[in-house]
Amino acid sequence: MTKTTETQLALTRAGLVEGMRLILPFVPGVVIFASAFGAAAVQKGLTLGQALFMSGAVYAGAAQLVSLELWTRHWTLASLLAITAVAATVNARMVLMGAALQPWLKGTPTPLNAVNLFFFTDANWITATRYQMKGGTDLGVMLGGGLFLWVVWVAATLPGYLLGSLMRDPKVVGFDLVMPIVFTAMAIPLWKGRRDSIAWGVAGVVALTVSQLFSGYAFIVAGALAGALAGAFIDD
Amino acid sequence: MTEQWSAGEAGPFLAILAMAAVTYVCRILGVVLMSRVPLTPRVRRGLAALPGSIIVATVLPLALRSGLPAALALVCAGLVMLWRRNELLALAVGLGVVTLARALGSMITAP
Repeated sequence: MTKTTETQLALTRAGLVEGMRLILPFVPGVVIFASAFGAAAVQKGLTLGQALFMSGAVYAGAAQLVSLELWTRHWTLASLLAITAVAATVNARMVLMGAALQPWLKGTPTPLNAVNLFFFTDANWITATRYQMKGGTDLGVMLGGGLFLWVVWVAATLPGYLLGSLMRDPKVVGFDLVMPIVFTAMAIPLWKGRRDSIAWGVAGVVALTVSQLFSGYAFIVAGALAGALAGAFIDD
Repeated sequence: MTEQWSAGEAGPFLAILAMAAVTYVCRILGVVLMSRVPLTPRVRRGLAALPGSIIVATVLPLALRSGLPAALALVCAGLVMLWRRNELLALAVGLGVVTLARALGSMITAP
């Protein structure tokens, strides 16, 4: 975020295609993750329609998998509130991700941005972040990646649901690590010097500490906020 | 009272709809909130440090929780990325390392 575009971002076909190209390294991980969700959904008693509807409407892998742990046959107000709270805590990190991209998205018309943000997920967030750090000004790069992964995500839910047991153990050949590996690799070029070293170090220490003390996903938000605060207060 | 009320047939539909709604709120909330915060140099520096901090805070606890082969794979993937700047190569090396390390680990611990 070395500079901020005050003008409106473009939205071109070339940008959309570039966004799809940049997102390709995430496709294997998304296919595996979506298949695993489909397989788990069968076991928890979701119909195929419900599994596909959830993938299409929620479009958030970790939240969908965790929510299946709370899936029930008899929905009361309490169980509806519980599953909503779980989705909110797993996805709370996206509030921070959105905040980081806000200066870039600033000039975008609200209806267009509302659509763009529906397809906002970890993968196209990091590709868009890297693109804007290089001075990129085409919203299509974010939207194209998000749209493309959404199609892959929903489509790959189907084979998992139908074949179920095929994905029983994703630990074979390290498939459970596909997403963390790509995420880590994509973070490397974000490093810009001493301030990042300190901020990321603070983020890591705080996240580790919080993950030891509390269950759930609070460690992501706690660590990320601590890192951002550290970055804010380190002068050049 | 909440224990008696039942959503009946609409239950799964309502559950998915509620999850979708709260997830969408998470997606837009950061953008909406930051549009009300003036971009001082300090705020700008904090936002600049945020993406890397989010990734470190997500991956580091997960790596240590998943055991030595996973941690090794992430370190190797990071090194390959530093060296070649190629995400697919980093992914291939990371997967190779974790598969090999897990196979070796199960050979050593096998009875």
